[in-house]
Amino acid sequence: MRYALGLLTLCVLATISIFIGVIDLTQEIDALAVILVSRIPRTLAVIIAGSGLAIAGSIMQMLVRNRFVEPMTAGTGQGAALGILLAVLVFPDASVIAKMVIASLAALCASFIFLAIVRKIPPTQPLLVPLVGLIYGGLIGAAVTFIAYQADLLQYLDVWLNGEFSGVLQGRYELLWIAAAVALFSYFIADQFSILGMGEAISVNLGLNYQQVMAMGLLTVSIVSALTVVTVGAIPFVGLVVPNIVSRLYGDNLRNTLPLMAIWGAGAVLVSDILGRLLRYPFEIPAGTMFGILGTLLFLYLLYAPQRHISDPR
Amino acid sequence: MSNRTIMIGLAFTALASAVAFMTLGVKAPWSFVLPFRGEKLAALMLVAVAVSTSTVLFQTITFNRILTPAIMGFDALYILLMTSAVFFFGGQGLLHFPPMAVFVITSIALSLAGLGLFGTLLRRSGVDLLRMVLTGIIFGVLFRSLTSFLQRMIDPNEFSVIQVVSYARFNSIDTEILWVALPVTLVALMAVWRLHRRLDVIALGDAMAANLGETSQRLQLQVLFLVGLLVSVSTAFVGPVVFLGLLIASLTHVLLRSPYHRVLLPAAGLVSITVLVGGQTILERVLSYGTPLAVVIDVIGGVVFLVLVIRGMSK
Repeated sequence: MRYALGLLTLCVLATISIFIGVIDLTQEIDALAVILVSRIPRTLAVIIAGSGLAIAGSIMQMLVRNRFVEPMTAGTGQGAALGILLAVLVFPDASVIAKMVIASLAALCASFIFLAIVRKIPPTQPLLVPLVGLIYGGLIGAAVTFIAYQADLLQYLDVWLNGEFSGVLQGRYELLWIAAAVALFSYFIADQFSILGMGEAISVNLGLNYQQVMAMGLLTVSIVSALTVVTVGAIPFVGLVVPNIVSRLYGDNLRNTLPLMAIWGAGAVLVSDILGRLLRYPFEIPAGTMFGILGTLLFLYLLYAPQRHISDPR
Repeated sequence: MSNRTIMIGLAFTALASAVAFMTLGVKAPWSFVLPFRGEKLAALMLVAVAVSTSTVLFQTITFNRILTPAIMGFDALYILLMTSAVFFFGGQGLLHFPPMAVFVITSIALSLAGLGLFGTLLRRSGVDLLRMVLTGIIFGVLFRSLTSFLQRMIDPNEFSVIQVVSYARFNSIDTEILWVALPVTLVALMAVWRLHRRLDVIALGDAMAANLGETSQRLQLQVLFLVGLLVSVSTAFVGPVVFLGLLIASLTHVLLRSPYHRVLLPAAGLVSITVLVGGQTILERVLSYGTPLAVVIDVIGGVVFLVLVIRGMSK
């Protein structure tokens, strides 16, 4: 039931998204081509990016055992931007796939270092983790800006750091399907991530190969983030707000909630993108900016609202 | 070393950076260079003192050494207010006002908005420092998103009016508002100076201050208002620099172990002048980098912040 309702909403939103645009489909002779080349790829890109980011966020929250972190603000996204920037500077002739690999590796390194820092933080200070994450992400971001400024690449940087979908066309977003595949794969080991979220001692006690699952989680988060950053740009707070809301409503068993997070994440970004296209028609406001407003307000609510959880007695 | 020696040393380094800024790498006739650079130097020094004073004040009224107005999103709020003004009145409409009026009105608006937003926040969660810092940073993101949202809604021609304030910059300082910002800063600084003994008292904590006959809350709000004025001065000149204030305040506390604002405020000002003017001279004249000083300061300040937070919390 809860899947059906979510999927139905998502379908409605996707249909709206396909029929919104500067070109009036009823006047256009080649309406089908417009839909196939521009509208459908754009809608698909929004759905993949939104669901991928929500899934990556929830996995990252299990890895660091903290509800207030997500890859786009805790260094992974900025690491990916750093990687792709270096790839463009050092190997300008490399293929797109090679650049992607470099970006993913840089994202992986950035998340690994974040994890190492988080381990030094005493568990009695849960809010310190997101704080350190935000500053850490900001630091990498500043370093990226510094390099881009020196190399005269600031314009590119804007593309990677601000998520928006106006440039998505058939043939320009297909890399995102790799992210979709990786996110889908994570569903099959979702229960292992749930156990990981209980901590190392319990994980080992339950017979989990802790290091291996940890590595797989990091890899998933890094690849999904890197692909999103490079194809459509970073969209902050999706990976934070969506998992928190879903877990408050439906609990923490990732095997059950991961599909819901994907649906809600896709829906949230789709709403931002549709709003961004409509508010200043025929111009566009980036989906990242729209979600920046919605997401921060929701985050403040989560931070100050009483912590009620599905498992609490009501 | 005694505080007096350190103060003299700081005054010397500040003076040396100012002299270096004025005289290094001169290629044009002095009659042109001196007034040209003089204006920039004056603006930089104004910014330096505004940032250091607002940070020290903010740290005093919040009883901690990690929070600064910039970290709590004050700078971003200033830019949001500027952008909203252009959005609602139009860039052309805004140009009809004298820049002085625009600046003064925005500063006062910032002070009032800061009072409303942070005044309640400071009183509400009092103890939970981390939650407050997190809230401040999120506010910063929210203000920046709202700003870029409004910027997209604005006519591109009018956008150029605010484009200048949205980015941190030190090498191209707009000296037009110097003559407006100067009296505002001086008045604010004088007001702060008159309060310095009372600031020493509220720094002791609410209970002690009440015991000594000081009503902390009212003074806190007054100080918050002054902080708003000073932040608008610095943001109007150089844009948002998140970690500058933190870097300066931390350096000052490392150099001087004095709880007295009579010592702290001037010392922080001198440190700030040294960092800003000296840093700008080194970056621009010696290394001839095009990179804005703000980026460098934010990287160094960010590291200081991380170290301070982690060390403070794991005690």
